[in-house]
Amino acid sequence: MTPVFLTLVLVLSIFLGFELISKVPSTLHTPLMSGSNAISGITLVGAIASFQLEHSGLGVILGTSAVCLATINVVGGYVVTDRMLSMFKKKDGGNQ
Amino acid sequence: MDLNLLINFSYIISAGMFVFGLKMLSSPATAKKGNTISAIGMLLAVVVALLSQGLDYKWIGVGMVSGTVIGVLAARMVAMTAMPEMVAIFNGFGGAASLLLAWFEYSGKYEGNDLAPLFTAIVLVLSIFIGGMTFSGSMIAYGKLSEKISGKPYLFSGQHIVNIIIVVAALAVSFLFVTNPGAGSQYMYMLIAVALVFGVMSVIPIGGADMPVVIALLNSYSGLAACAAGFVIQNNILIVAGALVGASGIILTNIMCKAMNRSLSNVLFSGFGAVTTAGAGKQQQGEAKPATAEDVFYILEAADSVAFVPGYGLAVAQAQHQVRELGEILEENGTDVQYAIHPVAGRMPGHMNVLLAEANVPYDQLIEMDDINPNMETIDVAVVIGANDVVNPAALDDETSPIYGMPIIEVHRAKTVIVLKRSMNPGFAGIENALFFHDNTRMFFGDAKASITGLIAEFKES
Repeated sequence: MTPVFLTLVLVLSIFLGFELISKVPSTLHTPLMSGSNAISGITLVGAIASFQLEHSGLGVILGTSAVCLATINVVGGYVVTDRMLSMFKKKDGGNQ
Repeated sequence: MDLNLLINFSYIISAGMFVFGLKMLSSPATAKKGNTISAIGMLLAVVVALLSQGLDYKWIGVGMVSGTVIGVLAARMVAMTAMPEMVAIFNGFGGAASLLLAWFEYSGKYEGNDLAPLFTAIVLVLSIFIGGMTFSGSMIAYGKLSEKISGKPYLFSGQHIVNIIIVVAALAVSFLFVTNPGAGSQYMYMLIAVALVFGVMSVIPIGGADMPVVIALLNSYSGLAACAAGFVIQNNILIVAGALVGASGIILTNIMCKAMNRSLSNVLFSGFGAVTTAGAGKQQQGEAKPATAEDVFYILEAADSVAFVPGYGLAVAQAQHQVRELGEILEENGTDVQYAIHPVAGRMPGHMNVLLAEANVPYDQLIEMDDINPNMETIDVAVVIGANDVVNPAALDDETSPIYGMPIIEVHRAKTVIVLKRSMNPGFAGIENALFFHDNTRMFFGDAKASITGLIAEFKES
């Protein structure tokens, strides 16, 4: 049952993703990429939730590296996207 | 039990915030807020994940703190011209994280026993394979973009055979792993090795100008890897978020391919540029007409409407600030100024838009190809800066040209065209550009930054 349910979630999410992304103008494609990159750092949540106290020495290395790399992705992705989007200004107002 | 329920409900809220965040990216006015909402959703998911019982907080803390420091430093320090490299590296990290998570799960739960159901074994394989190829492929893409390795397509005879062998090896190892999930880690190590080689081999034949497609595709892979890891640990939020990113990357890939009038398989397997130079032997008639800064100044000064058409050369010369300054001078002079941007200009989707936004060009002056082309006849002067193939009229009328059929910014229909270029060398794809020999084209040779600085000086003197 669980695999079926998870696959349903997957299929619905893909359709949703297509709907959402098709509406993004090409002006914002770079922030879209870095922003979605940050979202793909969601692996962080999985790595945290799986990082139980009982693990081997190899487990420490694998788990910690997974958490570290995913955090870079999340933090770096959101910060750089924010930095980029701050640069997009309209002609009137917003200009320095 | 209650805690688990709370955690899972919070994940749904996070997923909703990702969706909202992406929706708000559909307009530059709301995009920044959307990114913040998406980030808050991520923060919520991370915080509730930390509530689970029996976690090893020490090592989680080590990973998160070091990752945060590296992430913030990288994001603050990167130059806008280096965004493609940055996104490539981040894609790679995302893939590597998913691979490591799957490996971690395997070594902790399933190694040496037969507890892994078939479904779990399959998603383990997918997670490790997609994660591994995303990582190594992204590192090659990074190397090419930062010119640490040659940006030229790397082709050798028998490449297809080698690739077929790699694919067969991947299938064989996957089969062995899935049928003997408890047999120990040797199959997994083999799988990781094959995945890494596969990633390298799939990006190495792709040339610099095709990088927008590759980055978009790797972006999609990094999402799919997260998605597969979500199946391994049966976590909804990973599946939803991974699928959103996967879909986003695929759509971008598709847009990029359409903008080059090529199929994805053609981009991935043909090694454009290297193969096509032979077919582009058609010699151009006539002579290019060079212009000095003074000539260009008089042309621009008399113009009522000017469209700048930037390309990768703008990023190389770092001339975006000078271009904006020139644009402002022209506007003060009563000229209507626009920036016409081809979807694949630069090295990643939207690259030019970000550079010009950095230089304070308002986004309402950034015009998409399909919106500017119908009005091209009304434009007095089109200024092409470091772009070549995306303005090559051969794409419209020369059936023998390798880029025939690719949509272009049709600057040759403008009243006058000024091309800023270092020399008469053909562009990346090695294709002659008839535009340079048109009657209404003037060539303004030199480094784009120096040339535009010269023009600004002419305006200030007058």
